[in-house]
Amino acid sequence: MAEHAAHHPGLAHHFVSMEQQKEAGTVGMWLFLLTEVMFFGGLFLAYTIYRAKYPSGFTQGSHLLSVPLGGLNTVVLIVSSLTMAMAVYYSQFGDRKKLLGFLVVTLLLGSVFLVVKYFEYTEKFHHHLFPAVGFYNPSADHPPTQFHQPVRVFLWIYFLMTGLHALHMIIGIGLLLVLIYLTHKGKFTKYYNSPIEIFGLYWHFVDIVWIFLFPLLYLTGYHLSSGGH
Amino acid sequence: MTGALATARGTDSPGFGQLPMSLSLLFQYEFIPEQASKFAMEVDLFYLALWLMTIVFSIGIAIAAGIFMFKYRRKSAGEIPEQIEGAMTLELTWTIIPLLISLGIFGWGAKLYYQMYTPPKESLEIFVTGKQWMWRAQHPDGQREINTLHVPVGRRVKLTMTSEDVLHAYFIPAFRTKADVVPGRYTTTWFEATKPGTYHIFCAEYCGTQHSGMIGTVTVQDPADYQAWLSGTSKESPVLAGQRIFGNLGCVTCHLESGTGRGPKLNELYNQTAKLNNGTTVTVDDAYIRESILNPMAKVVEKYEPVMPSFQGQVSEEQIQQLIAYIKSIGPKDAAASAQAKPAASPAAAKPATPAAAKPAAAPAKSE
Amino acid sequence: MASEVLVQTEEPRVNYLTNGHTVKSWLLTLDHKRIGLLYLFSISIFFAIGGIYASLIRLELITPQGDLMTAETYNRVFTMHGVMMIFFFLIPSIPATLGNFLLPLMLGAKDVAFPKLNLLSWYVFMLGAILMLITMMTGGVDTGWTFYPPYSSIYSNTQVTLAGVSIFITGFSSILTGLNFMVTIHTMRAPGLTWFRLPLFVWAHYATSLIQVLGTPVVAITVLALAFERTLQIGIFDPKLGGDPVLFQHMFWFYSHPAVYIMIIPSMGVISELIAAMTRKRVFGYHFVAFSSLAIAVFGFLVWGHHMFTSSQSMYAGMVFSLITYAVAIPSAIKTFNWTATIYKGSVSYDTPMIYALAFIGLFTIGGMTGLFLAALGLDVHLHDTYFVVAHFHYVMVGGAIIGYLGGLHFWWPKMTGRMYPEIWGRISAVIIFLGFNLTFFPQFIVGYLGMPRRYHAYVPEFQVWHILSSAGASILALGFLMPVAYLLWSLKYGEKVGDNPWMAAGLEWETSSPPPTENFTYQPIIDHDAYEFEHVKEIKEAAAKEAALRTA
Repeated sequence: MAEHAAHHPGLAHHFVSMEQQKEAGTVGMWLFLLTEVMFFGGLFLAYTIYRAKYPSGFTQGSHLLSVPLGGLNTVVLIVSSLTMAMAVYYSQFGDRKKLLGFLVVTLLLGSVFLVVKYFEYTEKFHHHLFPAVGFYNPSADHPPTQFHQPVRVFLWIYFLMTGLHALHMIIGIGLLLVLIYLTHKGKFTKYYNSPIEIFGLYWHFVDIVWIFLFPLLYLTGYHLSSGGH
Repeated sequence: MTGALATARGTDSPGFGQLPMSLSLLFQYEFIPEQASKFAMEVDLFYLALWLMTIVFSIGIAIAAGIFMFKYRRKSAGEIPEQIEGAMTLELTWTIIPLLISLGIFGWGAKLYYQMYTPPKESLEIFVTGKQWMWRAQHPDGQREINTLHVPVGRRVKLTMTSEDVLHAYFIPAFRTKADVVPGRYTTTWFEATKPGTYHIFCAEYCGTQHSGMIGTVTVQDPADYQAWLSGTSKESPVLAGQRIFGNLGCVTCHLESGTGRGPKLNELYNQTAKLNNGTTVTVDDAYIRESILNPMAKVVEKYEPVMPSFQGQVSEEQIQQLIAYIKSIGPKDAAASAQAKPAASPAAAKPATPAAAKPAAAPAKSE
Repeated sequence: MASEVLVQTEEPRVNYLTNGHTVKSWLLTLDHKRIGLLYLFSISIFFAIGGIYASLIRLELITPQGDLMTAETYNRVFTMHGVMMIFFFLIPSIPATLGNFLLPLMLGAKDVAFPKLNLLSWYVFMLGAILMLITMMTGGVDTGWTFYPPYSSIYSNTQVTLAGVSIFITGFSSILTGLNFMVTIHTMRAPGLTWFRLPLFVWAHYATSLIQVLGTPVVAITVLALAFERTLQIGIFDPKLGGDPVLFQHMFWFYSHPAVYIMIIPSMGVISELIAAMTRKRVFGYHFVAFSSLAIAVFGFLVWGHHMFTSSQSMYAGMVFSLITYAVAIPSAIKTFNWTATIYKGSVSYDTPMIYALAFIGLFTIGGMTGLFLAALGLDVHLHDTYFVVAHFHYVMVGGAIIGYLGGLHFWWPKMTGRMYPEIWGRISAVIIFLGFNLTFFPQFIVGYLGMPRRYHAYVPEFQVWHILSSAGASILALGFLMPVAYLLWSLKYGEKVGDNPWMAAGLEWETSSPPPTENFTYQPIIDHDAYEFEHVKEIKEAAAKEAALRTA
């Protein structure tokens, strides 16, 4: 098989074999995901510290977020992980048609996530819940003093974490478009499919980050207010 | 160089033209700063011990390397020396010995640190506020000074510090003490001066343009001189000032002494445990009081509505310290950690135990 | 010496330097060796800029009054000195130049695992650097290289945001390089080259890359948050808005302490190679030296709080950080002892690389031991943020990292260029650097203990004498740094052609021609022995045979 693959057009000149090339790509992606864990890790640290410091602020802040929309997005991403896994599965058989189909479905689900996120963000901007300069809440039943610093801190962590996550989703969708184009062109075969598999790792990682973000940001209010420490 | 510095800043120093002369001064310099606190001697001893160890190790390695270099210099271009793989006993030796030495240094350092970070109960408590680029100090009897600090010799002094803007650090080399001064929280340090004199205060944490100008002097005085200085500058005590602010800001309208107001009563509260509306508890200390003034919603006491407005921007750090001093003074008598807690029933009684009552000002040696 | 023997190939082969002469062939190269040289060229410029700033600092501090420049200027000067030297010289110094050049050669590979990513990382680095140069030209930054808020986030009127973005971008260059190296070491080793046959240089780079991959993202997110803080006043680090400035310090040092090891561990790897080659001995206790690099990298992540003993961090946290810091001291001590033991019964050459190696051992010993002073809690309270700290980290960063870098540059210069630098000048400048360095930084230990705080534009007069000594030393040091620039450039054209392996060193990189061909090896290397086995070096065999012939004649 190595002999067969050695002449594959997908083999870069500096690798000895396709196996070596695939291994390099996979190890590289795992390491990259490790850097991503550390990247988000800084924000998770900030989250932990401020949640311990301002439990009530986090309760209030959390209640400002829409659980139905966040829940919908969670379901959408979990399903997209499944479709991505199916895409990887069919790429290993060189089934171009099914691969293409599942990649397109994954792309659509990713887009749905971003559209929902867009509506969530605009709703926050509309209600002046974007805590930059001039942050306040004008509605009568929420006097400004309710929106004291801890809620501000919570909202900032919300925007930083979900914003960074959304950025990863956008990059993922860009990469998906490239992969769909290459699949359409028939680039991937039974013997050369590592880009699909390696991208799959990235996509699952981005999903997993959201699986952490959803309870920590959207649901924590219910936990903290009923929790009774 | 012995004794105190004449003045910290005014002295003319040699310029470029006097370089050779200042080089000759080299031999008059000491390698260790003035020892003027209880910590100084211990820290210096530790420091010198570590240098001794450094010199022993460095010279040991240098001698070994030098001998090997000379003895085993290459004698012919084609030679290959006998190869040595390594030696487990040797490796273990130079792993375990440094480890033990390190643990010893750790223990020594930790012991000193523990002393430095545990202010004694009975101490003279001075509030220090850092602000770009000056140091303000406020004594329990109300004396205030800028860029100077007067302390009595032989008495434990605890500094409680905060910053109005950026990070600073209060550094007195002669006392071997230093602590960062952080906006938004209180830090403490303490010392016991042992030698009358004038010593440097430096800001050690970079704080902007005039960082190197944020320096001052600490004057250590004999108890008698210190009393004279105290009486020379009569000022409103922090407790009284705090009481005044408490009234002016309207705190008094909600925090009724009877406990029936919209806010909890503050008498007998200091250093006690309060239950919060989220079920947790908090100790009513300086940091909590400060937080409650600036950010009242963060930790609301059980059964009270979160209605208190923030006083952010309306009170200075110094005024917050005065408010804390006041709340402390009406706290439980035994709970007060410092020597200055006193009832605020009448202004006269609020005067401290020190004989610093209103005497005519003699020589105001206070701030600039 | 061996110059006649090596000309086995009939005609001069195309090497990586002669394979394309256009600017484009350099700027779009995927060859790790050319990318290494691109880095070498860029960081030399940044080192010069950082050096000019250092000279300005030393000039200003000759007199206590602060009369050469204003306080505003001085604060920008020391900040830019730190930023340039740390982010644009020290962090990329050995990994991006020597590491890029040598790693595939030492592994018997044709290139790093991801050549395009490698080139991209240089472009990312240059983008960050250009932003920093723009920062510099539009007024610079005055926060100190540590960017502590709330000064950096609210009070400073300088280009903090731009500098933060620049460092954010540069960080990705570092991440990409580290990732590339780790994958290369994992997957591109030649047949037979097992982990414990790797040269210690490779082990050191593996440890370094681990830090780059794990640590850099954290500082990236930290400076990003700082940039948001400054532009949008988000308040994460602002106590007036409910944030915590000390959190920044934790996040900053979580990277920036390990970053110190990014600078020193590769240098340790270089020193291992230098000592082995110059004494013709396998490094004493190979496994201990290899694992000590990893130990430093791992423990290095657990000690960041030792920068914060006086920052209002809890006392018990301070004790834990202090204890773990001593754990880092042990592997460093192990390395030093093993290097010294390697010289024992060796065949010691006195060539320039060996002088640098010895200088490294001496200066690193002092630098490391004074680190023990600073990790000692009660003593650090006095020493923190004084010139003692400045002296300590310069002993490690200049006396360690830069000495190692220069030693390595001399050692592999004939491999990179095919030509030898003038040996006598190499030795003279090495000695000048060693002496100038000590005169510059040793007085700072003393003035630091006397209480001179760092980042002071003006100071009290009694410290002057130490500053004069330091400035005098700095001028000698500057001379020492200028000399290699001159003679190395000179040697590019006039240096003696000395063949493939002038040091008669053992190592895969010396088995190929100098300069190496673009694909590194004309054959697939297969490894059947450990690192540093000198009986396999054909140049030594030839020299021995020649001597034997002379003796019989």
